[in-house]
Amino acid sequence: MSSRPAVEAIDLVKKFGDNTAVDGVSFVVPEGSVLGLLGPNGAGKTTTVRMLTTLSVPTSGTGRVAGHDVREDPDAVRRSMGLTGQAATVDELLTARENLRLIGRLYGLSRGYIRTAGDELLERFALTDAANRTVKTYSGGMRRRLDLAVSLIAAPPVLFLDEPTTGLDPRSRSELWEVLRGLVREGTTLLLTTQYLEEADQLADEIVVIDKGRVIASGTPTQLKDQAGQASVVVTLTHAADLARAEELVRMCSAEVHVEHTARRLTAQADGLGDMTRIGGIIAESGIEVDDLGLKRPSLDDVFLHLTGHRADGNDQNETAEVLQ
Amino acid sequence: MTTTQPTTPTTRRPNRPPIAPPSLAQASATVVWRNLIHIKRMPEMLLDVTVQSVMFVLLFAFVFGGSIAVAGSNYREFLLPGIMVQTMVFSSAIVAMGLTNDLQKGIVDRLKSLPISRASVLVGRSISSLIHSSIGVTVMAVTGLLIGWRIRTGVLEAALGFFLLLLFGFAMIWLGIWVGSLMRTVEAVQGFMFTVMFPLTFVANTFAPTENMPSWLRFIAEWNPVSALTQACRQLWGNGPAAPPDAAWPLQNPVVVTIAWSLLFTAVFAPLALAAFRRRSRD
Repeated sequence: MSSRPAVEAIDLVKKFGDNTAVDGVSFVVPEGSVLGLLGPNGAGKTTTVRMLTTLSVPTSGTGRVAGHDVREDPDAVRRSMGLTGQAATVDELLTARENLRLIGRLYGLSRGYIRTAGDELLERFALTDAANRTVKTYSGGMRRRLDLAVSLIAAPPVLFLDEPTTGLDPRSRSELWEVLRGLVREGTTLLLTTQYLEEADQLADEIVVIDKGRVIASGTPTQLKDQAGQASVVVTLTHAADLARAEELVRMCSAEVHVEHTARRLTAQADGLGDMTRIGGIIAESGIEVDDLGLKRPSLDDVFLHLTGHRADGNDQNETAEVLQ
Repeated sequence: MTTTQPTTPTTRRPNRPPIAPPSLAQASATVVWRNLIHIKRMPEMLLDVTVQSVMFVLLFAFVFGGSIAVAGSNYREFLLPGIMVQTMVFSSAIVAMGLTNDLQKGIVDRLKSLPISRASVLVGRSISSLIHSSIGVTVMAVTGLLIGWRIRTGVLEAALGFFLLLLFGFAMIWLGIWVGSLMRTVEAVQGFMFTVMFPLTFVANTFAPTENMPSWLRFIAEWNPVSALTQACRQLWGNGPAAPPDAAWPLQNPVVVTIAWSLLFTAVFAPLALAAFRRRSRD
C-alpha cells in the first residue's frame, strides 16, 4: 500500500479585492501524517484552510482532500474531512451532547450511532461529567476539546485544525497535543495551522512556513532547524561572581560568547556536541560550580527570524491583519 | 520524486460510519431543532414578540384608543389585527439580526463545512422564526381576549385569518434572511430594518383607518401589502367594517391580494436570500 496524498494544495491563490491573502501556495500532506502550516497572523494560514475545507472558493488554483477536488466535488470533500475552526465552532447554548447530535445528524448519522460514538468521544476528551451542561459554562480548554470531539463524530480521515491551541493555558495545550497524537496513531491525517513554533515542532512531521501568502520554507522540523544554522552551548552558573572567570575560560573554545548577568548564564556559539564536551571539561577543571550545562539547537523561532527577518509571535506592528470572511 | 515507503500505522482508524448526507428536509429539521433549543435556553429572545407586542396593544388601546374613532367598530377590536400584522412584519427584522449574529460566529462555518445543502441552514431558520412569531401572535391573542377583543365569525374564517398572518410572515422572514445574509453587522441590520419597517407598518391601515389620510398618502397606504393583510384579518374575524367603496382595489379583495403578495415575496426573496448566502460563503 503506497501512501497517497490526503491533502494537496495546488497553487492556491485567494484575492480579496486588491489584497492577495494567499499567493500561490502548494503542498502535499501524505496520508496518516501531520502537516504544520506555520506563520504569523495575517500570513494566509486561515484563508488557505478555508479554501481546502470548501468554505472559500480559490481565486485560482485548487486543492484536493482525500482525492476529491474542492472546486469540482465540494460535497465529497465535506464528507471526508472534519474542521475545527479558529473561533470555537461549537454552539454555546447547546450542551455537549446536543452539539454532537446537531453535527452528527447533519452528517446523516443515525441517532443510535451518535449516542454511542458521542459518549466514547466525551469519555476520551474528559467531558463526560459536563456532557449535559451548556457550552457557555465551559472553560476555554473544554470548548476546544468539545470542538475537536464534534469534528470527530463522523470519524473523518482528514482533520483540519485552525490554531487549535490559541488562547489555551500551557496545561490544556499539552493535553490537546496528547489527544492529537492519539488521532495520528490511529491513522488520521492532520493539517494544523499554528503561530506557535513549539506546537509545529511537537506535532508535525512536515512544516510549511508561510509568510505574506507565500511558502517561504518547508521541511521536517530538523531540516528547518539546520537551516537556521548554529547551535550554542548554554552554561548556567551557581554564583554570579564566577561569571567573568567562566567567560574567560569559555572564550578559549568559542569565538562568540554572550553573558546574561541576572540569569547567571553564558551562551557560546558552538559546532555541536564536541564543543559542549570541551566547554564542560574546562569549566569542571576550573572548579566553578554549575547549575546546568547544555546544548541548545536553534528553535523554530530562530528559524522564522532567519527566514523572514521578523519574529513569528505576531507582535509585528506592520503585519497586515488577517482577512477574515 | 517517487516514494515507496512502507506505511506502518500502529493501529487502524476506527471504521467510518456510513455517511448518508441528509435530505434538505432532514437537515432543515435538525437546524429547526437547534434554533428552538436557543429559544428555550434564552427565553428573553421572545421579549420582542411577547412583552413588546403586549405593550403595543396596551399603549394603543388605552393611550390612543380614546381619540381614534372607527366607524362601525370599537377601536380595540380594530387594533388587534393591526398589531398582529405589525408583529409579523417585524419578525423579518428579528430573523435578520439573528442570522447576522450567527454568521459572525464560527457555528455557521461549521455548518457550511458539512455535506448538507446550504439552503437547509436558511430553510431551518425560516421555520424556527415562524414558530417564534406564532408564539408572539398567541400571546397577543390572549392579551386581546383579556381587553375585550373577540373573533365574531366562524372557526374557518378565524383559521384562515391566522393562516394568512403566517403566510405573509413567512414571506417577510425571507426578506429578513436576505437582508441578514447581505449585511455584515447586527447594528447595520437593525438600523436598516427599522428604517424600512416603521413606515411599512405605520403608513397603512394598521392603527388608524386610511380614509382620513391625505389622498396621496391614502393611495400609498392602501396599496401597502400590510394593509391588505390587516383588512383581510379584520374582515375574516369580524373586527371591522368592509373597506369603503372608494378604497383602493387591494382592500376590496384583501384575502386574494394577501395570498398573492405573500407568494410573490417568497418567490422573490427566498432565491435572493439563498444567492446572497452562497455568495457570502464564497469568501
